[in-house]
Amino acid sequence: MPKNPNVKRVMVIGSGPIVIGQAAEFDYAGTQACRSLKEEGVEVILVNSNPATIMTDKNIADKVYIEPLTVEVLQQIIEKEKPDSLLPNMGGQAGLNLGMELAESGFLDAHGVTLLGTTAETIRNAEGRQEFKDMMERIGEPCAPSLLVENIQDGVDFANKIGYPVVLRPAYTLGGSGGGIAHNQAQLEEILENGLRLSRVGQVLVERCISGWKEIEYEVMRDSAGNCITVCNMENIDPVGVHTGDSIVVAPSQTLSDKEYQMLRTSALKIIDELKITGGCNVQFALHPTSFEYCVIEVNPRVSRSSALASKATGYPIAKVAAKIALGYTLDEIKNAITGKTYASFEPTLDYCVVKVPRLPFDKFITAKRTLTTQMKATGEVMSICNSFEGALMKALRSLEQHVDCLLSYDFSELSAEELLDRMKIVDDQRIYIIAEAIRKGISYDQIHEITMVDHWFIDKIAILVEMEQALARGPLTTELLREAKRLEYPDTVIARLTGMTPEQIKQMRYDNGIVAAYKMVDTCAAEFAAETPYYYSVYGGENEAVETKDRKKVLVLGSGPIRIGQGIEFDFCSVHATWAFAKAGYETIIVNNNPETVSTDFDIADKLYFEPLTAEDVENIVNIEKPDGAVVQFGGQTAIKLTQDLMRMGVPILGTQAEDVDAAEDRELFDKILEETEIPRAAGGTVYTAEEAKEVANRLGYPVLVRPSYVLGGQGMQIALSDEEIEEFMAVINQYEQEHPILVDKYLMGKELEVDAVCDGTDILIPGIMEHIERTGVHSGDSISVYPAPTVSQKVKETIAEYSRRLAKALHVIGLINIQFISMGDEVYVIEVNPRSSRTVPYISKVTGIPIVDLACEVIMGKKIRDLGYEPGLQPAADYFAIKMPVFSFEKIRGAEISLGPEMKSTGECLGIARTFNEALYKAFIGAGVDLPKHKQMIITVKDADKGEAIEIGRRFEKLGYTIYATRSTANALKEAGVHARKVNKIRQESPTVMDLLLGHKIDLVIDTPTQGRDKSRDGFLIRRTAIETGVNCLTSLDTANALLTSLEDTDTKHLTLIDIAQI
Amino acid sequence: MKAFLILEDGTVFEGTHIGADKEIISEIVFNTSMAGYLEVLTDPSYAGQAVCMTYPMIGNYGICSEDMESQKAWPDGFIVRELSRTASNFRCDKTIQDFLEENGVPGIAGIDTRALTKLLREKGTMNGCITTDAHYDMEALRQKMKAYTTGKVVEKVTCEKKYTVKGATALEENGPISGMARYTGEKEKRPSLVHVLNGKGKKVALLDMGAKKNIAASLAQRGCDVTVYPALTSAREIIDDAPDGIMLSNGPGDPKECTAIIAEIKKLYDTEIPIFAICLGHQLMALATGADTFKMKYGHRGANHPVKDLETGRVYISSQNHGYVVDMEKLDPQIAVPAFVNVNDGTCEGLKYTGKNIFTVQFHPEACAGPQDSGYLFDRFIAMMEEGKTNA
Repeated sequence: MPKNPNVKRVMVIGSGPIVIGQAAEFDYAGTQACRSLKEEGVEVILVNSNPATIMTDKNIADKVYIEPLTVEVLQQIIEKEKPDSLLPNMGGQAGLNLGMELAESGFLDAHGVTLLGTTAETIRNAEGRQEFKDMMERIGEPCAPSLLVENIQDGVDFANKIGYPVVLRPAYTLGGSGGGIAHNQAQLEEILENGLRLSRVGQVLVERCISGWKEIEYEVMRDSAGNCITVCNMENIDPVGVHTGDSIVVAPSQTLSDKEYQMLRTSALKIIDELKITGGCNVQFALHPTSFEYCVIEVNPRVSRSSALASKATGYPIAKVAAKIALGYTLDEIKNAITGKTYASFEPTLDYCVVKVPRLPFDKFITAKRTLTTQMKATGEVMSICNSFEGALMKALRSLEQHVDCLLSYDFSELSAEELLDRMKIVDDQRIYIIAEAIRKGISYDQIHEITMVDHWFIDKIAILVEMEQALARGPLTTELLREAKRLEYPDTVIARLTGMTPEQIKQMRYDNGIVAAYKMVDTCAAEFAAETPYYYSVYGGENEAVETKDRKKVLVLGSGPIRIGQGIEFDFCSVHATWAFAKAGYETIIVNNNPETVSTDFDIADKLYFEPLTAEDVENIVNIEKPDGAVVQFGGQTAIKLTQDLMRMGVPILGTQAEDVDAAEDRELFDKILEETEIPRAAGGTVYTAEEAKEVANRLGYPVLVRPSYVLGGQGMQIALSDEEIEEFMAVINQYEQEHPILVDKYLMGKELEVDAVCDGTDILIPGIMEHIERTGVHSGDSISVYPAPTVSQKVKETIAEYSRRLAKALHVIGLINIQFISMGDEVYVIEVNPRSSRTVPYISKVTGIPIVDLACEVIMGKKIRDLGYEPGLQPAADYFAIKMPVFSFEKIRGAEISLGPEMKSTGECLGIARTFNEALYKAFIGAGVDLPKHKQMIITVKDADKGEAIEIGRRFEKLGYTIYATRSTANALKEAGVHARKVNKIRQESPTVMDLLLGHKIDLVIDTPTQGRDKSRDGFLIRRTAIETGVNCLTSLDTANALLTSLEDTDTKHLTLIDIAQI
Repeated sequence: MKAFLILEDGTVFEGTHIGADKEIISEIVFNTSMAGYLEVLTDPSYAGQAVCMTYPMIGNYGICSEDMESQKAWPDGFIVRELSRTASNFRCDKTIQDFLEENGVPGIAGIDTRALTKLLREKGTMNGCITTDAHYDMEALRQKMKAYTTGKVVEKVTCEKKYTVKGATALEENGPISGMARYTGEKEKRPSLVHVLNGKGKKVALLDMGAKKNIAASLAQRGCDVTVYPALTSAREIIDDAPDGIMLSNGPGDPKECTAIIAEIKKLYDTEIPIFAICLGHQLMALATGADTFKMKYGHRGANHPVKDLETGRVYISSQNHGYVVDMEKLDPQIAVPAFVNVNDGTCEGLKYTGKNIFTVQFHPEACAGPQDSGYLFDRFIAMMEEGKTNA
C-alpha cells in the first residue's frame, strides 16, 4: 500500500522532561520518526516541553514548540498550525495519554485531525485494564487472574479470594509508578491507596502474583495490511517481580526452546493483530519456569524503552519503520536500511548476544532503599554486545561507570554461606554480585535458583566468570588462559589485579601473542546478506570486519554513557551535534557509546558506530583499528573528559581545548594561579585529602563551607558543612572510593548564582546569554530554575561576567565550549567554577538564543574564528522574551530518597517555559514540570527559624491568592504575629490531626518545607517531605522556588498562553 | 581435543572437537535460527550436510526429546561457536553433547562461525571436512571433498514401511492448539489466529521423503488420519487406498536425483485428489509437471524468511531449509503459477496448479523450528479436501 496522500502536516508529541521510566529513548524514537516523516516530504510540527532533546532542533522538525505538554496547550497549537494528523505513539506514555484525551474529547474530529499509528480504541484496549483483560479473554490469551478496583475494600476482598501475594498495578502510569507486591493486607492497603491516587483514572489492578516466573518480552510490528513480524525477543535475568527497566535483560532469549519461543511469539502476534496496531508494540509475558503456562503481563501500543533497546540490539529501526507504517506503507515496501537489500518485513536474527544493565541512582540517593520492585527506579541503562553472554555481561558492567569492572566489584567475602543465602533473598542491584559470591562459597546452583529463581543457565554463566577469576588468581597466566579471559571480556586491569601483574604487562603479553579485539558487524541478518551500515561490537577470537578507512580526515566522538542524575540527555545532544558538524565539514565521524536509549547510538548518525564500553582499554582497541586524526572529548560530559589523558597516551590528538588546560580548571592550585593572573575573585578555599585537613581548612575559613570532590559532574558528593562533625561525615562518604584527585573545601557564599555557556576560539569569546538561577547559591545549578536573560542583575554585573568569561577562556586557552558559574553579591562577581567543556545548559541556551553553540564550537575546533562565522564576539544582545529552564525530579519513584535541594544534583530532567513576560514563562515552566496549581487552595508551611521572616511574605501572597494556610507551631505563630491567617497543625508525633493527617486527606496543593541547614537529621521534616511526594503533593524546599511559583500564579492569564515557534528563533 | 574444519577452497578453521569421534566429509551449510537446534538436527532434510548454526550459543536448553522432528539426528556434522556446558529447561532430558555422541554426529566448536557464514555467503555452499587429525593430507582431502555429493539421500531418510497417525478426535474439547496460527476458511482471506479447521477424520496420504514429524502432527491435530508412505511407494498403491488428500513432504538433496519418485508424483498429479506439498515435495511436483529447479548460491536456512502470499498480498515469516529452488522463469502458466514469493530475493516460494486442487510451498508451514504463521495452510488443505468431497 503506498503512502497516504492525505497526510501532509503531522503533529508529533514528545515525551516531555526526563523522569525515571521515561528517558532518552523517546528522544531517540521521536527524532528517528521525525526524520523518517520529513524524508517522505511530510511537514512536521513538534511539541515537547524538554529543551535538551534533539527532536526539538529546528532541523528535525519544521515547527518546534517547546511548550508544556497539556491538553490545553496542544489544542492551542492544533488551532494555530492546523495539522491534518497527529502521531501520539512516539512520546511514551505521556504522548499516548495526551493523544487519547484529545481524541476522546472529540477535539481531533472537530478539527479534522486523524490519529496516526493507533486509534483511541486501540489505546483503550491496550491500556485500560478491564478492556485489556476482556480482549485477552476473547482471543484466548491468558492473563493472571485480576480485578480492577477503585477502592481499597474491593482490593482487600479480591486478594482474600485469590490469596496473597498479589501484584498491584495502577492504570495509566509511567514505569509502574505506585505499583508493588503486597504479601499481606497491611501492605496491600498501603500500596493500593498510593496507587489509586497516582492513577490518572483512579484504578488499580489487583492481580495474582506470578513473581519468580520467567519474564520475556517481544517487540512486534504490524502494518495496515495486517502483516506482523517480531523484531526481537528479550529475556529478563531477574524473573517477574522486578520491573523490566530495572532488570538485567538479555536478547535474544537464552533459556527458551523453540516451542516456548514460538508459543509466545505467536501470542504476541495475535495480540498486536487483535489490537489492530499500525506500528510497533511491546508485549510482556510471564512464563512458568517448569511448564508451558504463561500469562500476558502487559502490552505497550507504542515505542518504548524496550523498543529502543530492541532497535539497538538488532539494528532494526523500529521508530523509523513505525513512522513509515503510520504514513500508509506496508512492511514489504520499506527497505531495511542496514542491509540496503532486504525489506522491513523480515525478522532480524542475531549472531551475538546483547545484555542490558540498568543504571540505578543509589549512589545519588544514599538514604533510598536499594530494593528492586515492580516500580522502576533506574535513570538509564547500558547495553553491550558480544558473541558470548559472559563477554556481554562483563562489558555491560564496566560500561556503568559505577566503580564496577567485574563480579568482584562489591565485596561480600565477609559474609558466611548462611548470611549469603539470607542476603540473596533481598532483590536489589547487588544481587548478581551476591550470586557470584555464593558460587565462590560453593553454594549449589539449586539453592541459588530456589531463592532467586534466576535460571540455572545464567547461574552457570556467572559461575564460568567466577571460575576464570579463580584461575587467574591461581595462575600461572599462560597464553591460553589469557586468551580465554579475554574471550570472556575480562579487562586488562582486572586480569592485572588478579594475577599481581600490571595492566601494561598484560597488554604487552596480549600484543605479543596476537590477542587483540576484533570487530563484528550488527547487520540484522547473521551475515546472511552483506550489510552496508558499519555498526560494530568487539569480540576476542575472531576475524576483524572493521576496515580502517583512509579517504577522509577522521574524528572520534566519545559519547557520554548511561543517563544518570548529573549527566543526562544534554550530553547526547552535544555529541550528536558535534558529529553532524564534523561530518558537514567533510570529516569521517566515529561515535563510541554504550547507551541504547540515545540518538547518538542510532546507526545513521555517525559514519561508524562502535557500541562499546567507554574505558581506556576499549577505546584504545578502537583507536588501534581506526587510527583517528583526532578525538573530541568536550561534548560527552565527564565520561569523555575522563579519557583525555588516555587518548593522549595513545597518541590521539585532542581536538579543541587541551588536556592540561582542562586540568588547570580542575586543579585547585593551577586554577588559583590563573585567577590571580586574571584578577578574578573567588571564594576562599583549600584542597584536602583527609577529614583532618578538611576541618583545618574549614575552621580557617569559618563555617559554612562547601565540600566537594574535583572532577565530578552534577555536584556528586557536594555538601554544605556547618560543623566539624558534618565535615567528618561528608569526607567519609566521599572517601568511600579512592579519590584520584583532591577534595575542595570552599567558603560558602550566599548570593545570586549566574551561569554562561560560551564558545571561545582562543582569542575571542561568544556568549549567547547570561542565565540567572532563581534559587540562591547552595542549590546545585542543575536543580535550580534558570532564567534567560538574567532578570535581576545590573548591567554592571553583566558586563563583569562577560569580561571575566573572556579572561578565563583566554587564560585557559579554550578552543570550543566553556561553562562558567558565578556568584554575584551586589555588584561584586565571584567565580565558582569553570568547566572547559559542554554543559547541561548548552541545548537550552542554544535553542532559546538561536545560536547553535555546539556547531560553532566544532567550527572553532576545526580552526575557524568566531568572526569568520558571522558573529560579533562578546555577550550577545538579550532576547525580548524569557526562557526558563525548570528542573524536574523523580522523587516519587525512589522510596526513601531525601528530596530537599542542596549542592548535590537530584533532578532527572528539565522542561522549558518560554514567553514574552517573565510571569508567563515561569507559569509555563511550572506547568511543564507538572506543578499545576491551584486545585484545593490549601497548603502547609513549615520552615526553619532563619526563614521565618521570608515565609511571612510568602504566606501573605498565598493568602491573597485565596489559599488556606496550615503551619506547624512556630511557623504558625510567626505568620499570625505578622497578621497572616494561619491554622496551627500538630507535628507528627503529637496528637491528631497532624501534618500527616492533612497530607493523607488529599486536599493539600502544596507543602513548603525548608530543612535545617546541612543534612537534615530530623526525621520529621524528612517524613513530611516524603509523604508529600508520595501522595502527589508538590513540595518545595527552597523559598526562592516558592517565590517564583507565586510570581507565576499572580499575574498570568492561564487560559490563553502565548505560543512561540522555536524554529523561528 | 582439537578439531579442524577444512573447506574445499582450502580455508581451515581450528576449534574444539564436539560430538562423535569420527571424520566426515559433507556439504557445509548455515542456519540462522536462534532457537530450535534440536529441530534442525533431527530434520531429515539435513541428511548429507553439515550444519553451522550462526547463533553463537547452542545447547542452552539441552535436549527436549519430545521436540525431535524424526527418530534421530541427520546432519553429518554440527558446527557451532559455543556449546553450552549446562542444559537448562524443565523438559530437558540430556545435554546436547550426549545427544551428538549418541547419534554419531561429530562436530566442531569454538570457531568463528560468522566468518564461516560470510565465506559461504560470498563463495556459495561448499563441501568440507571435519577432522581431529592434525596431520591431514590437504591434497587427498581436497580430492575427496570435490567428489562429494549428497546423492540419492531421500532413500536413506524415508520410513521403511507405511504407518498411520490417528487424528485427534475431540478437537473442540482439546481447545485451541496452543500458540498456533489458524485459518477460518475462504470468506476471510486472512487466517484467523483463533480458530482451527476440523479435519473430521479426513484421510491424508503423506509421502515421506524425509518428513518432519510435525507435518503429520499438524494434520492429526486438526483431526485428520494420516497414513505415511515410504518415498518409493507407487502412485497406484496410494490411489488404491483412496485418500481424501495427499501430502508430499520435505526431504534432503537435489530434487533431480529423485527420478523414480518424480515419475510417481506425475501420476498423482493426473488424479483429481487434492495435493499439498512442502519443500522437496514442492520441487518434485514442479519437476513432474515440466518445470525446472536450480541450486541456489547458499540457500535459505533459518526461521526469519518473509514470504508473500500473492493471492492476499500478506507477508508471513516462515521457517525454511532448502538449497534448491523452482525456476519461476520457466513456469508454464497453463500448468502452474506462482502463489508465494520470497520478499528478500524474489525466488519462488509456492505454486498453485492451474485447474487442479494442488498447491505447493517451498517453506515449512509445519514450523519446528520457526514461526507458526503459515500453519493456516494446513487449514487451506483441509478446506480443499472438503471441497473435493462436495464436488464428488
